[in-house]
Amino acid sequence: MKNNKTKKSKLSNFKNKLDFWATNSEEGGWNISSTDEGSQKMLENENEKQIKIQTGTDVVDDFVIDEDTSDDERMIVNMGPQHPSTHGVLRLQAELEGEVVRRVKPIIGYLHTGMEKTGEELNYFQGPTNTTRMDYLSPLFNELVFSLTTEKLIGIEVPKRAETIRILMTELNRVSSHLVALATGGMDIGALSMMIFGFRERELILNFFEKTTGLRMNHNFIRPGGVAADLPDGWQKDVEEIIKIIPEKLQDYDDMLLDNPIWKGRLQNVGILTTEECFAYGVTGPSLRASGYSWDLRKSQPYSGIENYEFDVPTLTEGDVFARWRVKVLEIFESLKIIEQAMHNMPKGPYKVQDKKITPPPRKRLDESMEALIHHFKIYTEGFKVPEGDAYVAVESPRGELGCYIVSDGSAKPYRMHVRGPSFCNLQALPVIMTDSPIADAVAAIASLDPVIGDVDR
Amino acid sequence: MNPEIINTTTEEYKELIESLKKDGFEMMVDLTVVDWFRKKEPRFEIVVQFLSTSKNSRKTIKVFVNDEDLTIPSITDIYPSSNFYEREAYDMFGIVFADHPDLTRILMPDDWEGHPLRKNYGSGRIPVQFKNAPKVD
Repeated sequence: MKNNKTKKSKLSNFKNKLDFWATNSEEGGWNISSTDEGSQKMLENENEKQIKIQTGTDVVDDFVIDEDTSDDERMIVNMGPQHPSTHGVLRLQAELEGEVVRRVKPIIGYLHTGMEKTGEELNYFQGPTNTTRMDYLSPLFNELVFSLTTEKLIGIEVPKRAETIRILMTELNRVSSHLVALATGGMDIGALSMMIFGFRERELILNFFEKTTGLRMNHNFIRPGGVAADLPDGWQKDVEEIIKIIPEKLQDYDDMLLDNPIWKGRLQNVGILTTEECFAYGVTGPSLRASGYSWDLRKSQPYSGIENYEFDVPTLTEGDVFARWRVKVLEIFESLKIIEQAMHNMPKGPYKVQDKKITPPPRKRLDESMEALIHHFKIYTEGFKVPEGDAYVAVESPRGELGCYIVSDGSAKPYRMHVRGPSFCNLQALPVIMTDSPIADAVAAIASLDPVIGDVDR
Repeated sequence: MNPEIINTTTEEYKELIESLKKDGFEMMVDLTVVDWFRKKEPRFEIVVQFLSTSKNSRKTIKVFVNDEDLTIPSITDIYPSSNFYEREAYDMFGIVFADHPDLTRILMPDDWEGHPLRKNYGSGRIPVQFKNAPKVD
């Protein structure tokens, strides 16, 4: 009892002392309204010398400042290439005026591996192995566009089952690629749970890819003349699971972010791109659709029979980072619609074109047939020859128009193989987005364009 | 979709592209170069892809660089999206785009010698020595 009392009195003594410090008067309490304003005022400006002494800045410095330089001097700041928000090795040189970016120049080439040069030394049969490594988040699109261009040069049509498998796999790839974009975009802005969620759901799709193609990335699955293998047993069950789980998880993301004031505050009215700017800088894909222009190559210039599927093209008008994020979420729903239709309408039949000059014979035919052995040997040593000419084919990749231009001189290797990467072109819009906006919005702007540096540098 | 192919000359190149812009081709989607080393003369052929979203059509412009200094007018003032592509063409093939705002190397380092995508540039010209690998003389 006695102990308690002394404690209490000590406490009250201490409290009175605190009151005195806080209010500079003995009458004051903890109530802020009763505090004396005078104690919170800073020292008068006339007393500059005293302030300097108190704050420890009264240092004699013989450094002479040029009269030309002033406080609002512009500063050039280097960001990257090793920076988590640049999604790879993108380097930005920004000229800052205080916190505001006045000029910015993206510097690329840190991941340049000369894939177009390599492409001239691999034959058409080996080509997808090379192109699949360009845009590593949507490898199947790279294989698809290379195969479509080669098939256009040869003039063959692939069987219906191969086309449907291609649509199924590429749309699954679009979902997984957009999930990474949502995940890393969330991480850059500070929604760290988003990163875990996005990568968790992507794992479902990557597991299916591993089952079908043998690899999680860089599949080399879509090849000129069809696809490398048939779908595995029980694939419908896996796809059904993906179609069932992902919309539920997307609902979770929306619950977390759609009405979140911090998320909206960071993204709305930030990094606005108008339709005219998109046209001028060649921006395609979700960024163009977020600026109010409904343009999707799957609708306007369809490939692989995608015109037979029912889906919408989500289009928003704001053109800001929020709209670009929203378009990606809505596109996942549309892709899931296509996947479901492809799953229910999967035709039976061969999954490779039945042309012995292009498709190698199955292994067991080699023991019985001399011709099969010859074709096998020819394809694996020399490859198949492609008639002279050139062709440009474009598909809608998760980032925009992915094009492939191949010039053939009649041999088994492309004379010139060029890939039009959507990230490379979209990156040109980065200075437009970032100029005259705070440096804090730069990270959101980069994430919204979703560049993949493998696609930029090739 | 098969793009319509137009062959032109270096002199008429820029006028043609101005007329394309007026014609409703909003986007320049791709610009690349083909090196016809010892196969055709002049050696370098520039291939530009255009896209019209309003008409839903494509056009391909092909032009041989017949200038001795490999110079061709830049189209960055008409289509700003050609900026990176022209820098890439300069970097990889050594084509000079006159009046380009910033014609520097884009993918290769600034001090790189040669233009890698030319046909007479051997891909194995720089030997690679791997760490701890036995040296072959």
